[in-house]
Amino acid sequence: MLHIYCPHCDEHREEEEFRSKGEAHIARPPEPESASDEDWGNYLFFRKNPRGLHHEQWFHAVGCRKFFNVTRDTVSYEILETYKPGQQPVVTAESRNGSASDKGAAK
Amino acid sequence: MSQRNRLGTGGRIDRTRPLSFNFNGVSLQGFAGDTLASALLANGVDVVNRSFKYARPRGVMAAGADEPNAIVQLGSTEAGQVPNVRATQQALYNGLVAKSTNGWPNVDRDVMGLLGSLGGQFMPPGFYYKTFMTPASAWPKYEQYIRKAAGLGRSPVESDPDIYDHMNHHCDVLIVGAGPSGLAAALAAGRSGARVILCDEQEEMGGSLLDSRESIDGSPAAEWVATVLAELATLPDVLLLARTTANGYHDHNFVTLHERRTEHLADLAPQANGRRQSRARMHKVRAKRVVLATGALERPLVYGRNDVPGNMLAGAVSTFIRRYGVIPGKTLVLSTTNDHGYRAALDWHDAGRTVVAIVDARDKPDGDLVAAARSRNIRVISGSAVIEAQGKKRVTSAVVAAIDIEGFRVMGSTQELGCDTIASSGGYSPVIHLAAHTGRRPVWREDLFGFVSGGVPGQIAAGGVNGRWSLRDALEDGFEAGARAAAEAGLNAVTVTPPAVAAVREGKAVALYEVPHTKPTMRAPKQFVDQQNDVTAAGIELATREGFESIEHVKRYTGLGFGTDQGKLGNINGMAIAARVTKQTIPETGTTVFRPNYTPIAFGAIAGRHCDELFDPRRYTALHASHLERGAKFEEVGQWMRPWYFPRGTESMHDAVQRECRAVREGVGMLDASTLGKIEIQGKDAREFLNRLYTNAWTKLEPGKCRYGLMCKDDGMVMDDGVTACLAENHFHMTTTTGGAAGVLDWMELWHQTEWPELEVYFNSTTDNWVAMTITGPKARKLLAEVADIDVSAEAFPYMDWREAKVAGVPARIFRISFTGELSYEINVQANYAMHVCKALFEKGAKYDLTPYGTETMHVLRAEKGFVIIGQETDGSVTPEDLGMQWCVGYKKPYSWIGRRALSRPDTRRTDRKQLVGLKPLDPKVVLQEGAQIVLEKEIKIPMPMYGHVTSSYFSPVLGHGFALALLKGGSERMGQTVYLSSGDGSLHAAEVVSPVFYDPKGTRHHV
Repeated sequence: MLHIYCPHCDEHREEEEFRSKGEAHIARPPEPESASDEDWGNYLFFRKNPRGLHHEQWFHAVGCRKFFNVTRDTVSYEILETYKPGQQPVVTAESRNGSASDKGAAK
Repeated sequence: MSQRNRLGTGGRIDRTRPLSFNFNGVSLQGFAGDTLASALLANGVDVVNRSFKYARPRGVMAAGADEPNAIVQLGSTEAGQVPNVRATQQALYNGLVAKSTNGWPNVDRDVMGLLGSLGGQFMPPGFYYKTFMTPASAWPKYEQYIRKAAGLGRSPVESDPDIYDHMNHHCDVLIVGAGPSGLAAALAAGRSGARVILCDEQEEMGGSLLDSRESIDGSPAAEWVATVLAELATLPDVLLLARTTANGYHDHNFVTLHERRTEHLADLAPQANGRRQSRARMHKVRAKRVVLATGALERPLVYGRNDVPGNMLAGAVSTFIRRYGVIPGKTLVLSTTNDHGYRAALDWHDAGRTVVAIVDARDKPDGDLVAAARSRNIRVISGSAVIEAQGKKRVTSAVVAAIDIEGFRVMGSTQELGCDTIASSGGYSPVIHLAAHTGRRPVWREDLFGFVSGGVPGQIAAGGVNGRWSLRDALEDGFEAGARAAAEAGLNAVTVTPPAVAAVREGKAVALYEVPHTKPTMRAPKQFVDQQNDVTAAGIELATREGFESIEHVKRYTGLGFGTDQGKLGNINGMAIAARVTKQTIPETGTTVFRPNYTPIAFGAIAGRHCDELFDPRRYTALHASHLERGAKFEEVGQWMRPWYFPRGTESMHDAVQRECRAVREGVGMLDASTLGKIEIQGKDAREFLNRLYTNAWTKLEPGKCRYGLMCKDDGMVMDDGVTACLAENHFHMTTTTGGAAGVLDWMELWHQTEWPELEVYFNSTTDNWVAMTITGPKARKLLAEVADIDVSAEAFPYMDWREAKVAGVPARIFRISFTGELSYEINVQANYAMHVCKALFEKGAKYDLTPYGTETMHVLRAEKGFVIIGQETDGSVTPEDLGMQWCVGYKKPYSWIGRRALSRPDTRRTDRKQLVGLKPLDPKVVLQEGAQIVLEKEIKIPMPMYGHVTSSYFSPVLGHGFALALLKGGSERMGQTVYLSSGDGSLHAAEVVSPVFYDPKGTRHHV
């Protein structure tokens, strides 16, 4: 069971207080009526399923009832950060890969 | 039977407290402090069980959680039956009743044993599947007998009267295991001021120290245990949990501990102060740091007939002698690969019985314990091993031979040594189960011949689980781990000086798993690897030969490490054999995955108090007492208990519903509508929010007015509906479906918080604050006029308006909305006034024959009007247009509300989508089955294209025939067509496609 830091409550709480709401940062196209069918379909139906780093939306359902985002490793289940809606993650696949390729460059 | 194997002195049992118990119908005696296993051994019971597959006689082999054979069915009462109890873990109590798990008619004469003893060749891995494969149709029959023949206990047929608790904890340091390392860690962390939980699965804390030959600070090790426990008990933030197994290790240091509180006392939990004590507690612990001090399990050697009773683990022999004062035989042969095993021979000898020989696989055994054996003139045969045991129900001799470990062969001739007990030690396997539960792969350590933890964040391994076997090392490791854990938890760790322990010079161990036999493995006598699952070395070899090379496949094909055993004794040996056969190393072969639980747990302990109504709480409306008084039959709607119908006298459900329907259509009925979700919406952007949330327009709804609204997901599919009233310019009262209430509130929060945070709007659930009584029918107005203090005339209070009023003298909101098609008023009052208002309604309503009705009548009435129920007519794939509700879609609203864009996608625009229609069976007596598939042709052919299904179907008393709502492909174009539906009994019914509005299509009845 995950131990999740709620950025609104400012404390760690048990997973049973939360609900996972799937992938975070799904942007609703700002002009829906002028979006193509394909773009709208992608927005509605297509989700990432990465092995490794994933940005997820969570809901503190029986706590403060606020939504927030979680950067979680889907292999180790490690939570690397949580942040409020509208904010951007600090830990990303790019930042992780970036550090890896830095090491490669050093070789 | 006397306790013929009980020693006169020694052990931690109380010889002044004899206990009686019953095993397989025989009355026996033991002492307080015994386990069931030690008491059975004391009484000379050799055969305690029959094995799972071959039904071979089996005896006690180990002394703890690793016991594979002595698995019993416990319980003197039916309700107290507990299957799969390891006799080695069950404390003896007066009146204990246990039976062997397997064995028919009994363990001594077993019919299945005949089959098993006809030779292993007849029952290789996959035997059942290979033998009983054809004909496939007969498998269910075969399975019945196979299940009967192979089983592990039975569950009670009576319900468990015991109480189980769950407790939540947060601590700085959780220490699993109270042996030398765990106690040391607890002392270090406790003295540092950490909040500590120390748990241990045994009856007493102390682990290996309880039967240690060594001294700590010049005193017996057990005295040090007592001193440490006494100090820990004085520390206010240290919680000591004996009889508590850490069974599951979950993410982020969440560990479930299972504490057995009364299972050492009686069959069912005893009473204390007039109340039944809780039998077990599940402690859910979130720990900043976990110290894993789970120690190591001794690995048996794999040799021929190593399962005959009298074959034991060397360490278990020591434990029974030193801790329980029981010597499990007369003459011992020890087969070992390391110094530690020697302790069994020393203890045996010191107890005054004969050690025939120590057979050491090493060429030049050397070490303090070896020297101690030699000084006692015990014969040591080096470079050799026991390759086979002789005997049927008890060992009669050991076959010993010199072996070439590298070449995996026996050298020279064999010799047979008469003995009744063979102890074996193949070294230790760290107990890494808890380190592997979260998915970390363990790491092989060639210097230990074992796997250690792969490293879990926040977890520190100490002592035996880390491969630190010696007492000195284990203590040192424990103190370090405890201090480190406290420091990492944010405390100022204090350094504890370890107590003085004499160094023991230890000779190097040798790696030996399966002992070579004079015959090849496939033809040698059965060499058991996993005794609980009857997996042999030959079985593993066969599995790899048949292509099951991955260790995970070997596991599944043979059963190695399955079930309650979880590979405690057999895993490493099994991997070593697979590695040898596939010519790989053990780390290349890898290990299988360990899963919770470490040992079996009663379902009661998992459930805790979450039983019956506390598992899934029931919600009752404030009118429940009234419904009971009026004889309601209830149905569960989500968690709500709603009146289903109100039978009068012996009336059937059908008759009651028909009567209730007529009462509403002709007089007046009353429905408890309190379960509908209610959400208060406030804020200056409340109206704009509704515009974006609902498919229809809300801009012009004035205070005092109500409107029906439809909600879609952004894919354009209908998700909920309900009536929302404008209370004031910036204040709305929304209703949702009963089941959708919580989800709709979440949905609104989601859009507000993540998509439109700029909107100033607030939501609050008020479902439980209001009670809603719908009075409906032609006489509803007359009744309302008698209880309400406002003008209820059609002019003053038109349809789709709401009014504030006093009803029966209390403040109320009355909504003039209709879900029946009749003149209707929904009276909402504060929930605590519910019974008062209800009583007034029935008093005044008596002269109108006010008829209470339930959900079934509500369904019939709304279906006659073609009103949909979300979740019944819809299933998440239905658009507003599919329901024919274009009138409720605001195509011209400026903001692209939720679901709008999707309604113009090609798929949602298809004209052959399933659309809502009415179905009128040609035979008026027929009521179609809900869920029945619709076909267009009468003649059945294959394939038979299906065009839709029935969503609601009832018999209508006002129409005088059955009718149904259905979703039908291209339904709006099929009006007047005849379709066909099959029913469960195979008959086919014809029905005409009609409008879904069956009754009063012009809506004249509620506009009065």
